[in-house]
Amino acid sequence: MNLNEMLSYGFMQRALVGGSLIAILCSVLGVFLVLRRLSLIGDGLAHVTFGSVALALFFRLHSVYMTLSIIPVVLASALGILKLAQKARIYGDAAIGMVSAIGIATGVLLASVAGGFNVDLFSYLFGNILSISSSELCIAAALFVIVIAGVIMFYNELFASTFDEELAKSSGLNTDRINTVLVLLTALTVVLAMKVVGIMLISALLILPAVSALQIAKGFKTAIVSAAGIGVATVICGISLSFVMNLPTGATIVLINFIVFLCAFAARTLLRHP
Amino acid sequence: MNEKALSVRNLCAGYHGSEVLQDISFSVNAGDYVGICGPNGSGKSTMIKIILQLLAPTSGEVSVLGTPQASFRDWHRIGYLPQGLQFFNPHFPATVDEVIRLGRLSAKKFPRRFNRDDAWAVDRTMEWMGISHIRGAMIGELSGGLRQRVLLARALVNDPALLVMDEPTTALDPETRESFYKLIFEMNREKQCTVLLVTHDTATIGKYASHLLYLDKKVVFYGSFDDFCNSSEMTGFFGEHGQHLVCHRH
Repeated sequence: MNLNEMLSYGFMQRALVGGSLIAILCSVLGVFLVLRRLSLIGDGLAHVTFGSVALALFFRLHSVYMTLSIIPVVLASALGILKLAQKARIYGDAAIGMVSAIGIATGVLLASVAGGFNVDLFSYLFGNILSISSSELCIAAALFVIVIAGVIMFYNELFASTFDEELAKSSGLNTDRINTVLVLLTALTVVLAMKVVGIMLISALLILPAVSALQIAKGFKTAIVSAAGIGVATVICGISLSFVMNLPTGATIVLINFIVFLCAFAARTLLRHP
Repeated sequence: MNEKALSVRNLCAGYHGSEVLQDISFSVNAGDYVGICGPNGSGKSTMIKIILQLLAPTSGEVSVLGTPQASFRDWHRIGYLPQGLQFFNPHFPATVDEVIRLGRLSAKKFPRRFNRDDAWAVDRTMEWMGISHIRGAMIGELSGGLRQRVLLARALVNDPALLVMDEPTTALDPETRESFYKLIFEMNREKQCTVLLVTHDTATIGKYASHLLYLDKKVVFYGSFDDFCNSSEMTGFFGEHGQHLVCHRH
């Protein structure tokens, strides 16, 4: 099968466009999350997404309506993680663990009580970008614009508080607001990424392009741009390869990302010790 | 120059029920260089954090550069240099140039974009501090001394009226420490920048600071070095040898 033939399919076009948009968001936010040691927030919010999907299926909401209905739940959970860490005097990882467990428990409980939608629910665990519809692509594009606009507007503040939160605060920056913006943007991105790699692998899409870029980047802007480039390239390769070889898309994307990370790591090691 | 750079009145602070600062009152004139000393746990860092609004006091009032803290917005007039970065990641992908530029954010309004003036201010500061040659280097690849110099440049990039430093030389070797102190002294003299320096190094600080604030949860001594050296009360507190050590360098 040649490239032209592959691109002639409407679902492939949508998958490549949607996947690329989502890859950019995950990679850019991933750099901030990884450097702030918040990498697993993606995992935690993904588990909440699992609970939310179960809830949406329980009320028989599908497709676009499902995506729209789970957004507020995931946003509220993201804020819950922040507030738990701030007010309940527990570390961020414990807060993520708590919210994550509640998300999974809700999903399993609803699946058990309702019965009948287990197959639907579990299909969200592994995602399938090839099945993205035109309306879902429109939502992805709209959320892409919102998240990217948020990152651009808060870029310097996010950079400052990622570099050192105390220094940022001593410069008069409202670091609480910056943290809130970051987790809300991450929550929106997680909802979108669910379609590409599935709930189980979302954190990989947030972490892997970022850590690969961090191996080779020579500056903060370079890290962000490289991560976005790696994210898009691996998603496009993953979608194409999975289509040609009939492999699961999410898993293929993640494994390609891991190979890229190994290459970046090797390149860094070789450059340091030629 | 009569403007008060800092005024602290009846300041009390504590953590989990134990009082760390008890009724602290003092004021600093613009252009002064104040060395803040005291034993471990004496509340030096807590006081600095309250001045920078990183911590809230239990009671008392603080005015910075003539403005009460609650209405203080001129963050670009304050430079802060901590002992080190809170959770420093040696692999953080930021260049020296990017780190120093972050210091300019405090002078900006949302969405806090940088412009040519910022680039010029960064260039000028790096030149003044003799670090232009490392502008493209990654912050994590620098030695401890150079990294502190870069963070000092970040604190100075706005030409602050008040420079606050919390044990900035702890991780430095004696030679680097001396050149660091000289640089701050020059800046205090040339730019009339008020300096608050928390340090354990009482002997060296005597050489550079104009005033000494000795804290031990409360103010044990605050005044000029001449006052300190002539104070028989301080002889009783420090011992003749301790007082002599500080005054000799002064």
